[in-house]
Amino acid sequence: MLKEKKKQQQSLHKRHSELAMANKQLEKLSNGIFASGELPLFSEKIKETEQFPLRPNKLEILQINVGYMCNQVCEHCHVDAGPDRKEIMTRETMMQCLEVIRNTGAHTLDLTGGAPEMNPDFRWFVDEASKAGIKDFIVRSNLTIIRANKKYYNLPEFFKNHNVHVVSSMPHWTRGKTDKQRGEGVFDQSIKALQELNAVGYGMPDNDLRLDLVYNPSGAFLPGDQASMEKDFKKALLEDFGIHFHNLFAITNLPISRFLDYLIASENYEDYMYSLVDAYNPAAVANVMCRNTISVSWDGYLYDCDFNQMLELKVASKIQHISEYNEDILNDRKIIISQHCYGCTAGAGSSCQGATAK
Amino acid sequence: MASQNYYDPADLKKFGNITQWSKELGEKFFEYYGKVFEEGALSAREKSLIALAVAHTEMCPYCIDAYSQDGLQRGITKEEMMEAVHVGAAIKSGASLVHGVMMMNKVNKLEM
Repeated sequence: MLKEKKKQQQSLHKRHSELAMANKQLEKLSNGIFASGELPLFSEKIKETEQFPLRPNKLEILQINVGYMCNQVCEHCHVDAGPDRKEIMTRETMMQCLEVIRNTGAHTLDLTGGAPEMNPDFRWFVDEASKAGIKDFIVRSNLTIIRANKKYYNLPEFFKNHNVHVVSSMPHWTRGKTDKQRGEGVFDQSIKALQELNAVGYGMPDNDLRLDLVYNPSGAFLPGDQASMEKDFKKALLEDFGIHFHNLFAITNLPISRFLDYLIASENYEDYMYSLVDAYNPAAVANVMCRNTISVSWDGYLYDCDFNQMLELKVASKIQHISEYNEDILNDRKIIISQHCYGCTAGAGSSCQGATAK
Repeated sequence: MASQNYYDPADLKKFGNITQWSKELGEKFFEYYGKVFEEGALSAREKSLIALAVAHTEMCPYCIDAYSQDGLQRGITKEEMMEAVHVGAAIKSGASLVHGVMMMNKVNKLEM
């Protein structure tokens, strides 16, 4: 039992799990119920509404993953992040990113990880990037990092000074559900971090310092209606802990990496894929995030989204690296899809910015 | 091949097929069903909990499957779900027990 627990505190990479390999995940997503025709391939599904091949619209979001290192090992993590991951963006790659940030047509810069704050050059990068005057500058913070070590205690103040838009994960307003997904003690530390963010003004009504929360289900089920969930979260967090935040993004767990591992181990994989395909919403395809986002990995490669990054599916373009970035050429590409894409088109749709369809 | 069980989890996915043998009535049912569960004077969340309780008193495996999942999707906690089941169970047992008054009435009438 203890051994099992310890194993769960390591990434799939560290465990040398077969599913740490992108090709094994892609195989799983193409075989079985999809190979037998029991469920349609994603490409077939979007052909029904003449949306194949999927192509980008105008680029709006540049999402940069500054490293897979994280202080947490969440059970559902699609990055397979954790303290044992050493892939970290170097300052040299950051400088190449800055060059792009200064010239991009995108209005949103979105820093993610792992825990992006763990990159030793994180503050330098935020400092430089904020000078580019991009409209919306997001940092995806897991909250507990703010409480993890003294050197991170002043992050709320740092975010405020750079007018960063903080987006944080919070799977539930109860301790049990949160800790089960994200690890023992995560709930209490997250609550404390949220209170500290509130204390400097983040998330407060009528304050421009934006604090949004990300909800994703703690198990093999789809997220409920985003607006209702937001109402419930707001009520519970305010009543129980006096916490304010602006919006809640309900995100569907995509069947890759650790969540895929969980689905298979818990014998939920097939039922979950059925739920995703059943909930397929052609209207959600119009606004899937790969159509307005470019994802950059820690080593500077370009992807259609963070999920494709983890599946090592680089953009189908002659431009594949930030050092040779060219928005016009990149915009003229076909988006690479597989069955994990059903995760972004289920129900009201799902993206890093929450639901995508009414 | 026909299932060897009266209840088959895969049948839940086929619920919609009942319209095949009576389109009009089937569609009217699903329209009604959908309308009932919309936000109204009661929230969709409250309705989900009522449905879960009734699913248990009706002992309908399909409904229990569906509304356990529905509850999770709505962020309903295990504690809330179990309390709802107890409400159903309490009414169900109360409904049996309250008939004891009938028994008492009958016995009192017949006995000298």
